[in-house]
Amino acid sequence: MTPALRVSDLSYSYPDGYAALSGVDLKIETGQRVALLGPNGAGKTTLALQLNGVKEPDSGTVTGGNLALAEATIGEIRRRVGLVFQDANDQLFMPTVGEDVAFGPANLDLKGDELHARVAEALLAVGATELEHRAPHHLSGGERRRVAIAGVLAMRPDMLVLDEPSSGLDPAGRRELISLLQGLPITQIVITHDLPLALELCDRTIIMDAGQLVAEGLTAEILQDSELLHQHRLELPFGFDPSVIHSKP
Amino acid sequence: MGTGHAHALFLHEHSKIHYLAPEAKLAAGFLFVVAAAITPREAVWAFLLYLAALIALIRIAKLRFSFLAARLTVIIPFILFAVFLPFVSSGERIEVLGIGISLEGAWAAWNVFAKASIGASVSIVLAATTELPDLIRGMERLRVPAVMTAIAGFMIRYLELIADELGRMRVAMTARGYDPRWIWQAKPIAASAGAMFIRSYERGERVYDAMLSRGYQGSMPDLGHKRASHSDWRTAITLPLLGIIISVVALRIS
Amino acid sequence: MHGPDGFLNAATAVATGAISAGTIGASIRQARTTLTDKQIPLAGLAAAFIFAAQMFNFPVAAGTTGHLLGGTLAAILLGPSVGAIVVTIVVIVQAVAFADGGLTALGYNVLNMAIVTAFGGWAAYRLFRKIFPNSAAGVVAATGLAGGFSVVLSAAAFSVGWLFGANTPVPFDTVFGAMVGAHLLIGVGEGVISGMAVGAVLAARPDLVYGARDLDRSQLANRKALSTRTFLISGFGVVLLLAVIVSQFTADGLDGLERVAADTGITATTQESMPSIFADYATEGIGNESLSLAVAGASGAIITLLVGAGLFSAVRLQKPRDKAMV
Repeated sequence: MTPALRVSDLSYSYPDGYAALSGVDLKIETGQRVALLGPNGAGKTTLALQLNGVKEPDSGTVTGGNLALAEATIGEIRRRVGLVFQDANDQLFMPTVGEDVAFGPANLDLKGDELHARVAEALLAVGATELEHRAPHHLSGGERRRVAIAGVLAMRPDMLVLDEPSSGLDPAGRRELISLLQGLPITQIVITHDLPLALELCDRTIIMDAGQLVAEGLTAEILQDSELLHQHRLELPFGFDPSVIHSKP
Repeated sequence: MGTGHAHALFLHEHSKIHYLAPEAKLAAGFLFVVAAAITPREAVWAFLLYLAALIALIRIAKLRFSFLAARLTVIIPFILFAVFLPFVSSGERIEVLGIGISLEGAWAAWNVFAKASIGASVSIVLAATTELPDLIRGMERLRVPAVMTAIAGFMIRYLELIADELGRMRVAMTARGYDPRWIWQAKPIAASAGAMFIRSYERGERVYDAMLSRGYQGSMPDLGHKRASHSDWRTAITLPLLGIIISVVALRIS
Repeated sequence: MHGPDGFLNAATAVATGAISAGTIGASIRQARTTLTDKQIPLAGLAAAFIFAAQMFNFPVAAGTTGHLLGGTLAAILLGPSVGAIVVTIVVIVQAVAFADGGLTALGYNVLNMAIVTAFGGWAAYRLFRKIFPNSAAGVVAATGLAGGFSVVLSAAAFSVGWLFGANTPVPFDTVFGAMVGAHLLIGVGEGVISGMAVGAVLAARPDLVYGARDLDRSQLANRKALSTRTFLISGFGVVLLLAVIVSQFTADGLDGLERVAADTGITATTQESMPSIFADYATEGIGNESLSLAVAGASGAIITLLVGAGLFSAVRLQKPRDKAMV
């Protein structure tokens, strides 16, 4: 079966010369949820921006489904690979929630009733129907996060890439997010520092450091390897006993 | 001059004016103010009619007069300037309540007061009945260049966020004992402004990335907002029509 | 200063409206060649920054505070065209959404607060850059002086507008003296804040300062402090020049200046020396008509020259950049 995403030997340097990504190889199967862990500055966000072509690699390829990322296919890739940004305020740039969620599908040439139905569908999926006419500035962190996800879901993507989705959320908001993501039958890459979230949500985990992938495996196993975690500036929360971790039922 | 701007004047109500399409309101309001501005100041009767029209407008918009009065403080500096005129101007003098004032000055003061108040009142009603993004959309429909309305859209989306961040920076500085009184102590303020510019710029870059990620191809997509209907225009035109008729008559008579 | 409706007469409102619309229209057309899609959200965020920056106060003296206008700051950070467009948007939204400034007064409000400060300030900046070394400190100093000067220029522009469109009986020389005089101090504040703000941006992200594009890395890194003497002399010179011009309009002004004028035959007092295109109110009661006319003419000329130079500079700078972006 064609993997949902395949990244081959991807390298990318910033304009000032800093090598952010060096020869990254990645394969995500359809329907999987994969956690991407790593210290700050590892290149996780940079990698995310490569996956939908917002940043262009210096070398290497990105393939979404059966479609290789190229100038001609970039529009479709951006529909297939939905990126949820770290700061929801960067993503909610329209004056109201409804207009923001409509932005994506409108760029796919949806209009009128069809557009409105798509917006309603996306808002319903994240439980934010009543927020349609609100201004983003007046939403809570959790509401903003949900609306940002709706804006991406409105394009009916094949996979979601979420950058630190639980950061800034209170425990209840975090719980709502986890339930939401668990309920979405869609391939997901979850960049996170929230290790319990990674365990609860994702079967597989990848660790990135200094622009390279350094470890890959089952989340439960990786999280029990305390030395590996420590090597890459990761640490389980206080009270989490590594020896008692087991995969979710 | 610049303080307290981040809180828009919009008041949520269900009035006929609220539901009117923004481009119709903007055009109507603007034309009415033009009519008032060209009305000769001696035609006091005309201004009384304008006042009546304004009162009706405010009632229809379901706004309170106290709200309007509070917002009219924005023209107070000019009213004060006007108030002085009869006393400092030269020319023919008349007696009012035992005090000698300049006639010319009095007329000039009235001119400033009347036109500034009408203009500001119309602006306030407009802003109170129309949400900011709709005002921007109205301007675009009235042929303001799309580049400008697009920039304005982002500006109003992020204004409160940036003002809040700037405010928090100031609080953080104050918390560390910063209490400047003189211009040469203002470096931290300027530095925080510089830092804020950089952060705003970098946010702008991320916003662009987010736009690209959801298929942005260089122009803002049509999100299907309703345009002004014929009935909208018919309703809106009553006010400026009244203004034009009154001002033309006043000009003719004078 | 956001003038309300009816503050200046209809002819002036229409004329300045046409000038402003034309200038901004031209700026947009010309900025479009380099205003890539990316610039729109960037300009929007910059506009939000300018708007927010105008809301905050900075200390001037003994606890009194001032507010930033930001036109020159915008021009130096974003370039004169984008800067003018951004501040214009701020002024328009302030009028439409916050009732700060009349809708029919937008012509002269945009002209004075956005166009004159952005383009005039930019031209002044380019001039001041020539007298300072090519370094970060030079950029900061030039920004400071240009920022301060732009405020005075804006006040002068308002006064010239008054000359044509006064609706109240205050003579031109009184308005000029009061406006320019008051804005001298405000200008110092604006200049200092603008200069230091640009300095802060230069230190962290020099690539974001349009006005410093001509500096290469070594010039930017040159931490040599500016010759205080150059800075003080030029700053002083500007203030002195302005003070001389303004002082002759203050009450009981320098009779000496008038005497000089009379001696050298400049003064020619006739009843109708002021042309009739000027508003009656502005020309009645002027102390010395010929001198006022001269100052009005000189101000108008300087403003036009600087704004024109700023516009021209904006176009000229585009061309080499255009090639680089292909």
